[in-house]
Amino acid sequence: MRHVLRRILFYICAVWVAITLDFFIPRLAPGDPVAALVGRMSTKGYVTPAMQQTLSAEFGLNTHDALWLQYFKYLGNLLHGNLGNSIQYFPTPVVKIIGQDIWWSIMLGGVAVVISFTLGCLFGIISAWKRGSAVDTFLSPAMNFLSAIPYFWLALIMLFIFSYLLSWFPLSGGYDSANIDPGWSFDFIGSVIQYAFLPALTLVISSLAGWMLTMRNSMITTVSEDYVLMARAKGLSEPRVMFRYAARNAVLPNITGFAIAIGAIVGGQLLTEMVFSYPGIGYALFQAVTEQDYAMIQSIFLIITLAVLGANLLADMLYAFLDPRVRVERSA
Amino acid sequence: MQIQEVPRSATAAPIVLLPGDPLYARLLRVPLNIWRTMTQSRKVTAGSAIVGFFIVVGLFGPLIITTNPNATGPLFIAPPSTAHWLGTTVVGEDIFSQLINGTRTSVFWGLGTGLVVTLLSVLVGLVSGYFGGWIDDLLTLLTNVSLVLPSIPLAIVLAAYFPRGPLTISLVIVVTNWAWQARVLRSQTLSMRNREFVVAARASGEHTWRIIFFEIFPNEIGLVVAGFVSTTIYVILAWAALEFLGLGDGSIPSWGSMLYWAQQAGALGGSLWWWFVPPGACIAILGAGLSLINFGIDEIADPRLRSERPPKVEKSRKEAVQTEKAVA
Repeated sequence: MRHVLRRILFYICAVWVAITLDFFIPRLAPGDPVAALVGRMSTKGYVTPAMQQTLSAEFGLNTHDALWLQYFKYLGNLLHGNLGNSIQYFPTPVVKIIGQDIWWSIMLGGVAVVISFTLGCLFGIISAWKRGSAVDTFLSPAMNFLSAIPYFWLALIMLFIFSYLLSWFPLSGGYDSANIDPGWSFDFIGSVIQYAFLPALTLVISSLAGWMLTMRNSMITTVSEDYVLMARAKGLSEPRVMFRYAARNAVLPNITGFAIAIGAIVGGQLLTEMVFSYPGIGYALFQAVTEQDYAMIQSIFLIITLAVLGANLLADMLYAFLDPRVRVERSA
Repeated sequence: MQIQEVPRSATAAPIVLLPGDPLYARLLRVPLNIWRTMTQSRKVTAGSAIVGFFIVVGLFGPLIITTNPNATGPLFIAPPSTAHWLGTTVVGEDIFSQLINGTRTSVFWGLGTGLVVTLLSVLVGLVSGYFGGWIDDLLTLLTNVSLVLPSIPLAIVLAAYFPRGPLTISLVIVVTNWAWQARVLRSQTLSMRNREFVVAARASGEHTWRIIFFEIFPNEIGLVVAGFVSTTIYVILAWAALEFLGLGDGSIPSWGSMLYWAQQAGALGGSLWWWFVPPGACIAILGAGLSLINFGIDEIADPRLRSERPPKVEKSRKEAVQTEKAVA
């Protein structure tokens, strides 16, 4: 129980750091980028007085409040779920836009992570079990190379080959918005799958190697354990020894990785979404960066961070539950 | 990821520090060991060759290919030809020249940033592990918090606010990525702090900083090198990613900014494969080279990871002991 409490305390601390960073980064940046943006936009006549006012409140422009007062106002706003208004889609609250986009990211990422976790573990198990065989000597270096490919470039190449040259898949978007209305219809779901296929494939290919190599390394250790030898000596069938005895114990590091990957789903596919113009949170961040929509950038960072921290906490708990040794040890 | 004791086994003969050895002899042993490691494993040799090739191109390429990478020409969107080996961009810039000049930027900023990240993590890891007490508590907390904050989104936020340029990207990457290696080095230092040679150094009245950086540090050099290599892979990828997002200085040719301009100009739609394939391929090949080095080091350090078929029965007890050590 002490272990759990310590971890929770640590994550609260981490959340505080993230929130504080989010507050101070725009204020510490040289040359006051927000003020510069407002200035530039006012000359073009984009900035309405209402916009001016919100921006001032959010980024501490033209206020005489002391920094600490601004900080507490900011904390108060956060507690009320008020992350400010978007500049691109003024005056839509940022929360609303993120709330729409996040489901696309979660769906895409969730499916991709589950597929790549399952395949990666399977490949890892097989390649460790048949170490030195043709499968292993092919898979390991191949994965090694795959993991070094920048995945946004992989995404570009896939998009180029399958969407431009072969026209098998659409170029951008989340579904066929011209012809199909969102809803629980077969058409819509089919369209979503068609649009998500290529981004998901890219994600799976680029993350497969990590799962496989971790699994292989950890499996190699367990394969030589006495209880595996014992299971073999008992004459149990090969798949049974492989999965129920060796793999079951070797999968621990990957389970934690899995929990963390679930958290990373929210923000972990930024670049893939950007390349495929997939309407998730990553694409929203990309647009916010291009449009210099600072409130949006910061809120997305905050949401991603919270998701990642939550998943890490979950991973810690899960690990302590699955591996009793962790509970006894002093946590680092 | 498991923390392995890379240093003492990474080089076939460990970097033995005989007390009587003069400093220059110790320093000389480092390159010798590096050379031996490089030639010992085929993976490391191949990886080093790839990395070496890119370094040579980065160093001498721009001296040989003197075409200005930003000079526009009359020939727009030309496919590869003898005049323009990799064709031209939409405004007629020579892509081959951009690639060569970009290699210089990407490779050297990548290696340099990787080095700074490593130095910072060495400093934090060693100080935190050696001193213990409140310094350790504070630094460990800082490390752990930094570890759980998502690095790419944080990097994007930072880079969005600060002035565009290679230095910004570099600093942003340093700030967001030092923690992982610092944690590895801290636990290694922790286990080394009470070994005999450190106790002896302390007893003979050596200065604290001397103990940390001349007694403990050389024993962790293998771990540091492995960390440097994997950090550099990550740095090069992150660097290209941030530039691809348009957070870099687009006027300086680099692999990431080439991809950014290709994307901006709609190179995909125009089927201008000669524009966006080469820079990405360079990143992939360099990354593969670096990870080959790392896999080689891992395999030298931990023979179980090699893909040879293990002998059947004999080793099981010895490995059980090793596993216990790894778990503890």
